[in-house]
Amino acid sequence: MRFQLAALSLRRHASRTLLAVLGVAVSAAMLLDMVMLATGMRQSFASLLGRNGFTIRVSPRGTLPFDTEATIGQARDATAAIGRIAGVTAVAPVLGTTIHVLGGREPVSAFALGVDPAVQGDYQLLEGQDPAANGLVASDALLRAIGARIGDTLDVAVGFDPQLRTYTGRRRVVVSGRARFTYLSATDRAAALELASVQAMAGASRSDRVSLFMVRTAPNVDPEAARVAIERALPRVTALSTAGAVAEAEHRLSYFRQLAFILGAVSLIVGFLLVTTIVTVSVNERIGEIAIMRAIGVSRSHVVHQIVIEGIGLSLTGAAAGLILGVFTARWLNSILRGFPGLPDAIDFFLFQPNSAFRALGLLVVSGIAAGIYPAWRAASLPISATLREEAVG
Amino acid sequence: MSGQPLLRVRDAHRDYPRSGEPVHAVRGVSLDVTQGEYVAIVGPSGCGKSTLLNLLGAIDRPTTGSVTIGGTAVSALPDKAATRFRLTNIGFVFQRFYLLPVLTAQENVELPMAEAKVSQTERRERARELLGYVGLAARADHRPAELSGGEQQRVAIARALANRPIVLLADEPTGELDARTGADVIALFDRLNRDGMTIVVVTHDEKLAGAARRVIHMLDGRVIRDEPLLRRA
Repeated sequence: MRFQLAALSLRRHASRTLLAVLGVAVSAAMLLDMVMLATGMRQSFASLLGRNGFTIRVSPRGTLPFDTEATIGQARDATAAIGRIAGVTAVAPVLGTTIHVLGGREPVSAFALGVDPAVQGDYQLLEGQDPAANGLVASDALLRAIGARIGDTLDVAVGFDPQLRTYTGRRRVVVSGRARFTYLSATDRAAALELASVQAMAGASRSDRVSLFMVRTAPNVDPEAARVAIERALPRVTALSTAGAVAEAEHRLSYFRQLAFILGAVSLIVGFLLVTTIVTVSVNERIGEIAIMRAIGVSRSHVVHQIVIEGIGLSLTGAAAGLILGVFTARWLNSILRGFPGLPDAIDFFLFQPNSAFRALGLLVVSGIAAGIYPAWRAASLPISATLREEAVG
Repeated sequence: MSGQPLLRVRDAHRDYPRSGEPVHAVRGVSLDVTQGEYVAIVGPSGCGKSTLLNLLGAIDRPTTGSVTIGGTAVSALPDKAATRFRLTNIGFVFQRFYLLPVLTAQENVELPMAEAKVSQTERRERARELLGYVGLAARADHRPAELSGGEQQRVAIARALANRPIVLLADEPTGELDARTGADVIALFDRLNRDGMTIVVVTHDEKLAGAARRVIHMLDGRVIRDEPLLRRA
């Protein structure tokens, strides 16, 4: 009968209960979104880096991958040296540059990667084939910009001499495929060619040089041990494991987490205060009834339980509605934030993780229980005769 | 149990702390009520009638003195035991009815039985029987807002009888009723007493007091006269 009484008491002022549930739902949705934001970027960044099994990035000493235009020399020897380290199963060299696609009314510039197609992890082919000696795979954005299709021949260059006003490192290449570039956004104009082609086109300054090595390790090998071994074998590089890169990203985005934490805590407090207020108002309206219940022999614990159940009912219903509202809000906000230029397609700001979400909503429900305890105990502890006297006078 | 006092009050005082002088609501009251009696407590407002009723019903405790109901010294019971005692031994009727507005008449009558862990089948049957006794069998599924004041008070009486109490205590039960519905409640109390129920009623209503077999007059927290009404004896 306690559940029935609690439910009926909530239904007694249906519009007030509905507004309270909506308030808790908004609070729960905000809490959920903040939890999704706090963990989403880290998880999604870690997931992005872990794609294709590459666990270590090797860049010129003191730099992060593609942070600068610095390159690593003697790339062939370095590839072999890294490949000899215990636990390393693959080494993917990458040279980044800018290419200009000529032949149209205006040259179109794009970010280009020189890769080893056999081990590369920078793109996924959507159509066609990996680039051969004079081939190129391009992103949809680039193909759209130059109006080209698979099989078309392009005139590309990697440099421009402003004094002579001529393009350097020119080569005619065939579009062999269409690809999605893992670390770039869908709007980025990008292309991938064979590493040797890009090195040759860039001339002596890039001969046998790369911007980055991506290293794959065996599943049973600690990437951190391999990372240390790489830095020991090649003193002029910095090796960064996925865990290290995630830690670095976390450090750079720490304000996001702090903001999320503060807003999440505020949501929790708002939810707590809302339930406390509603339950207190409801109890104050029923002081006479509660005193009568106590007078006819209803136990103090029954009264406390009934009122706490009302708090739980409000919190649970609000949390359930907040779950739906929070997920939809997160999707909407995510779509806006992912539209920022230059962000990789695979990056999510809000990531729904059931464990974190249910822990956060569980916390809200627990706070709802706590919110009901004080007014419940206060009501059940009122002196019966004095309350009845006051009610009779009132 | 006939002849033995069902309710026994001995030198009961009830003081309420208040800034300055404490209020002496009940001052040294002693009285006995035997099984089957119908007692009315009368007196001017503020004379301590309701406070004495609360002491008799184990809702309140005397500051000094003792209250014994059916052999149990209720004034010495801790809160939990006193609550349980009220649930199973005492029926209360109040001036303002105080039915739970969210429950139907039947559910209001069932409430004390549910608290006493009476099975659902048994309490439904008993609630229907009690509503029939007070003449409201046809109104069992109505909520208090759909009932008149007299009907609400009769539901409250049925609720008070739910757990077969040994005594029925009523505080101004006709106070909010018009003359006609008040007369219905007086007739119901009379019938209950004829059926063996011990009743103690606090009232300003002369008709209700006149229906009792004994009238206790109070003034300034003291019993000033305790007289049996012989016309019904």
